[in-house]
Amino acid sequence: MIAAILGGESSLFHDLVRPYERTVYVMALSFMRNGADAEDVAQEAFLQAFRKLDTFRGEAKFGTWLISITLNEARGRIRRSKILKTESIDDSQDGDYTVSPALLRDWKEIPSECLERKEMQHLLETAIGDLPLIYREIFILRDVEEMSVAEAAEMLAISVASVKVRLHRARMMLQSSLAPKLKQMKSKRRRFP
Amino acid sequence: MILECKHVWEYVSGYLDGSLPADTLRMVQEHLDHCEICSAVLDSTRNILILTADERVFELPLGFSDRLHARLDEELMKAAG
Repeated sequence: MIAAILGGESSLFHDLVRPYERTVYVMALSFMRNGADAEDVAQEAFLQAFRKLDTFRGEAKFGTWLISITLNEARGRIRRSKILKTESIDDSQDGDYTVSPALLRDWKEIPSECLERKEMQHLLETAIGDLPLIYREIFILRDVEEMSVAEAAEMLAISVASVKVRLHRARMMLQSSLAPKLKQMKSKRRRFP
Repeated sequence: MILECKHVWEYVSGYLDGSLPADTLRMVQEHLDHCEICSAVLDSTRNILILTADERVFELPLGFSDRLHARLDEELMKAAG
């Protein structure tokens, strides 16, 4: 399809990018933290992908290449606008430390149907948004977009070992912040059905 | 070797990804079989991963796709001259 687009059938670009709309938007949102800026970044990433399509070599998957463009666009904007005043995007926190989980005596599974509630969606979105950027981006790639460890490492230009360390910490940070709130939400619901 | 809870927490992610070496997995499993706190840590983390992977958490804004493709059309037309 890419060859056809480069050969002049440019309207096929719509079909090429349609499967990646959500992934690009979610990735942009994880950086920008508000919907309007994320949409702007996502649109710009797709436009750049079209403009630079002749440089796509096919060594990586098209989706991986597209996400790399999105990451660069989002990082560039953050640098320019200094949206994250207290958070350096180059900040490396891969030092040797342990994230302690929230300790609970038991866990009753929360079914996915609970996501019908906006309150639950908001809670999850906020907790992910509150992760430091290096943990947020790996969590989004691996656990929200379900990329492989190798793909995530390639996209973020970090080692597989770093992916694993950051992912583990991201998951533990989320467990620590979310588990008590989710448990509380569930018991509140039981008391007031 | 018997693992303490704080050591088991370090393996939660690898356990969920199924990437622990066989002997580590066996030690973690033995601990989990007897430790309700670590089992709750594991179960809650697994549950959170299932919930956050659900498409309903990060929904595309209404009209996102229409606005994107309209903007792409402008770019495509520009490129076509």
